[in-house]
Amino acid sequence: MAIISRGFSGRRTPADAKLPPGQYLTTDFPVLSAGPTPRISLDRWEFTIDDGSNVLKRWDWKSFRELPSETITTDLHCVTRWSKLGTSWEGVSLDVLLADLKTDLPYAMFRSYGDYTTNLPLKDVMNKQAWIAFKYAGADLAPEHGGPARLLVPHLYLWKSAKWVTGMTLMPHDKPGFWENLGYHIYGDPWHEQRYSNE
Amino acid sequence: MTWRAANVVAVHDETATARTLALAVRDWPGHVAGQHVDVRLTAPDGYSAVRSYSIASAPISDGHIEITVERLPNGEVSPYLTQEVMVGDELELRGPIGGWFVWRMDQTEPIQLVAGGSGIVPLMGMIRSRRSAGSSARFRLLYSVREPEKVFYRDELRTLSNQGDSVVITYAYTRVTPSDWPRPAGRIDAPLIAMGTWPLTLQPTSYVCGPTSFVEHATDLLIAAGHHRERIRTERFGATGERK
Amino acid sequence: MNASMNYVDGNAAGGELSRIFAVDITSAEGQCANCDAKRRFAEAHLYLQCPGLVARCSVCGHVLLRLANIQGRVLLDLCGMKRLTFDTTKQSNATS
Repeated sequence: MAIISRGFSGRRTPADAKLPPGQYLTTDFPVLSAGPTPRISLDRWEFTIDDGSNVLKRWDWKSFRELPSETITTDLHCVTRWSKLGTSWEGVSLDVLLADLKTDLPYAMFRSYGDYTTNLPLKDVMNKQAWIAFKYAGADLAPEHGGPARLLVPHLYLWKSAKWVTGMTLMPHDKPGFWENLGYHIYGDPWHEQRYSNE
Repeated sequence: MTWRAANVVAVHDETATARTLALAVRDWPGHVAGQHVDVRLTAPDGYSAVRSYSIASAPISDGHIEITVERLPNGEVSPYLTQEVMVGDELELRGPIGGWFVWRMDQTEPIQLVAGGSGIVPLMGMIRSRRSAGSSARFRLLYSVREPEKVFYRDELRTLSNQGDSVVITYAYTRVTPSDWPRPAGRIDAPLIAMGTWPLTLQPTSYVCGPTSFVEHATDLLIAAGHHRERIRTERFGATGERK
Repeated sequence: MNASMNYVDGNAAGGELSRIFAVDITSAEGQCANCDAKRRFAEAHLYLQCPGLVARCSVCGHVLLRLANIQGRVLLDLCGMKRLTFDTTKQSNATS
């Protein structure tokens, strides 16, 4: 039974917006990271899609930025319980990246510079649900928030929106990524409060 | 290690942004200089935050300890501890924690303390521990701080400086120096290590504490001066000086 | 090495790890499973701003240890360390 600290509320503001269960509203943008911030020069950056054996598609920064992009305004929900509403991004939809890619592999492991990985069903990054985002709040995405580019999948907990993303490996079966294999939920739907694995 | 209740019995401002809290801790088992405690704050709706703070006081066994908290501009816990907390309030803490970054009273070798900003806190605990134990171990302190107004324990350190056979203190100012200060403002460097710390021949054990970048820089300088890595103990306070 | 300096060190994990280890882990010597470097756990680079706690080798950056608190359970992954050597002759939390 914890001692309640008189007058302490933390960084949060009253939650009058509708939030997923167990979340608190925050006005700042906490930086969470499991490792050092990678410093990736744009002339080295690439995003690849492979199937475990072959590279199916590859973009360098120039060809990536020539793809059609869009602005997105969305809410973020972190498994550490903070939510940030109405965030604005610019990015390339995964629908654009996956266009004319034929695959029957239903899952993907997203890989980041550094050693971070996170897994997603392929159908969760299609149909206007996911972007590779390179701008936040109108400016180039800062390194501590995942720049040059990060995955953005707002309908799931934010650990699925891999920072410093560099590619995706298509897989036949779902496999847990960095946090999933420690004990976090394999899917991570905040609206069903899927924070942790049931195993 | 369980969470214990701690009552705030006194508060004392060290600087405009740093405050020492004196705590009476239920069933406190005692501690060794250099150890820290984790403090947990819980909001009425159950939201909680935990931060680590080094123990500043000497290990006198009466169940009282002191921590010194620096208020960080975007901190979540430090503004509460330095501005909201009042005498009589209750906090929760866990500890004492740590077995490596400690100075034990039976250590007799020369000791080199290197503090960056709020990194002085555990090192002051070691200085106070040496005094209360009546130890004659040779202590030297290199204290790097932004400006004179940021020095913690100013009066106590001045008194120590004036006592013979005590702690030798060298200050380094990184942004603003006192007037007529011989060394221009700047980070610690090799010449300062050479003139302001124990020489290699004394084979000191060094304790370096402060923000992460300060600790990495100071440690690199000590190693470049020939000190062995295993004789240098470090404690990093994070990019902004806050742990977690 | 890590220009962002967004880490603390193994000392800060002492409280969390004291819930599992009966002796102080910060003074234990750990060997990295990736590069074989032997260092005190207190020197490990520790990342606390994440859904858990991640300790990395200060030499090569490889993950040494991960911990998460999940619904009353502590989940610990030690795969990145080949060995941890504890000196049990010293009572690390005793006053002396």
